Amino acid sequence: MTILSLNPLVSPDPGLFIWSAVSFAILFIVLRAFAWKPIVAALSEREQSIEDALQKAAAAKEEMARLTGENEELLKQARAERDLILREAKKMKDQIVGEAKETAQREGARMIEKARIEIDNQTAIAMAGVKEQVATLSLEIAEKILRKQFEDQKKQEELVEDLLKKVKLN
Amino acid sequence: MNNKRPFIEKFFTPIVLFTLFLMFAAGNIQAQDTVKAVKDVTADSLKTETKAEKDEDISAVILHHIADSHEWHFWGEGKDKVAIPLPVILYTKSGFVTFLSSKHEEDEKGAEIFTEKGESLVNYEGKYYYPAAAKYENGTYVKVDENQVPVNEKPLDLSITKNVLALFISVALLMIIFLGIARSYKKNVGKAPKGMQSALEPFILFVRDDIAIPQLGHKYAKFMPYLLTVFFFIWINNLLGLVPIFPGGANLTGNIALTAMLALTTFIITTVNGNKSYWGHIFNTPGVPWWLKFPVPLMPVVEFIGIFTKPIALMIRLFANITAGHILVLSLIALIVILKSVYASAFAIPFALFISAIELLVGFLQAFIFTILSALFIGMAIEEHHADEHH
Amino acid sequence: MTGSIAGIGAGLAAIGAGIGIGSIGGKAMEGMARQPEAANKIQTAMLIAAAFVEAVALFAVVVAFLTK
Repeated sequence: MTILSLNPLVSPDPGLFIWSAVSFAILFIVLRAFAWKPIVAALSEREQSIEDALQKAAAAKEEMARLTGENEELLKQARAERDLILREAKKMKDQIVGEAKETAQREGARMIEKARIEIDNQTAIAMAGVKEQVATLSLEIAEKILRKQFEDQKKQEELVEDLLKKVKLN
Repeated sequence: MNNKRPFIEKFFTPIVLFTLFLMFAAGNIQAQDTVKAVKDVTADSLKTETKAEKDEDISAVILHHIADSHEWHFWGEGKDKVAIPLPVILYTKSGFVTFLSSKHEEDEKGAEIFTEKGESLVNYEGKYYYPAAAKYENGTYVKVDENQVPVNEKPLDLSITKNVLALFISVALLMIIFLGIARSYKKNVGKAPKGMQSALEPFILFVRDDIAIPQLGHKYAKFMPYLLTVFFFIWINNLLGLVPIFPGGANLTGNIALTAMLALTTFIITTVNGNKSYWGHIFNTPGVPWWLKFPVPLMPVVEFIGIFTKPIALMIRLFANITAGHILVLSLIALIVILKSVYASAFAIPFALFISAIELLVGFLQAFIFTILSALFIGMAIEEHHADEHH
Repeated sequence: MTGSIAGIGAGLAAIGAGIGIGSIGGKAMEGMARQPEAANKIQTAMLIAAAFVEAVALFAVVVAFLTK
């Protein structure tokens, strides 16, 4: 019998074969029912939940990004509006200031003009008064001088004569 | 979800840590044990025997260490022996016979017949045989052939041997570990794994993502329990086989009966689940010239033999890898005795440690290869072939 | 003496398997270097192929055991 003359290392021992088959069968049945099924189920469940969570996180991130984008858009709009308002206000201010300046200038000019006219008038009036006074004074002076000169008779006569002479010549 | 890291890298750190943890124990105790045993043998043999016979004795010691036994031997020989005797259960012609192995261990040469429950038996080198009618000239009741193998009839030996006890221990360990893990999975649903659970979860995921799914496709769930059981069963027994102290040290996955059982299981699962295209592939291989099938069915015969060689290769691969590792470690330590110099240990012990460390990796690798090849064979059997597909 | 002849045979088978596994490993490395993203797949395929080649050497070892 060749099978019996095998080296003991490579000839399977029926006792161990039977025991190992029985033990392995029991191990397999017990572990399949009470270990592998729950473990594999728990693992895939956890993976599922992790995947769900990741998906949710991704969705939330997307939503967040969307909201942020929206916010930014709003912010940009608000900023633009503010800029516009500011620009308009500045323009208006400039305009008002310009107008005010112009008005003031005009008013000033008008008042200066008025003052000048008044001054001219007053000067004219004053000049007129001065002229009158000068005339009055001159007349008085002349009168006084004439009176002095015509105090003596001779001189009066000479003058009349002279005057008459001139008239005759004419 | 798909982890792209190669598995060696994934498991490198745990394996290295475990290796370092085991190295001292493995090296020291195994060395002590073996050196003592080898010394005992050589001390006896040196007195009377020649060098050739001494070498024979060392290989006998090595073979004894990796073989099955009816006792769990620790150290010592003869009166100083420290060992756990294990129950012997024999199914004889007159029914079951049970006794403790220590009861009939003095005579191992088959020289004395003992009677248990009315059945006459002899112990020959640790195995039990029916005695021959009369003593042979060498003083035993056992006849041996030219290879020194007994030809006597023997009862069916269902004893709880060392390997069977180691088998029970590993089965109990696996149940404790995985039922505990299953409980913690139920307890903290949807939470991060803890403790043992987180230590072994990568391996469970590894079996699923790197073994089952690539080989079996979407039908993987049905075969997951078998693949997981086989993977962890082989792995834990490989590791326990490398531990030289009590719960380990049995060369269980290096025993051909156990690997034959595992290979047979894979074979049965493959055959039972084989679909039409699988059998069609075997008996009418597509894409092969007709003259290879008719009139001489060359391809079908080759394919049909292939059905059996695949599980046989599985069986021999695991057995030979693990046994070779054990023989290598023992041989390196036996070098100290062969060279008769304590200085040889400076070379032998580091090498034995190195080989032990390699064997830890091999233990994992062989569990992986057995599982992935089982998955591959099952995958071939359940694969849906298309008409134009051939290889 | 048949044992030692079988041992030589086993050694020859080991040489063959060694060349085979070496070439598988080398080609796999090449493939991985060329396509690192496929490293995982290549590694698995490499181990399977190496296991098949190794089986041949193991058969030889068993034959060596048997003929002793």
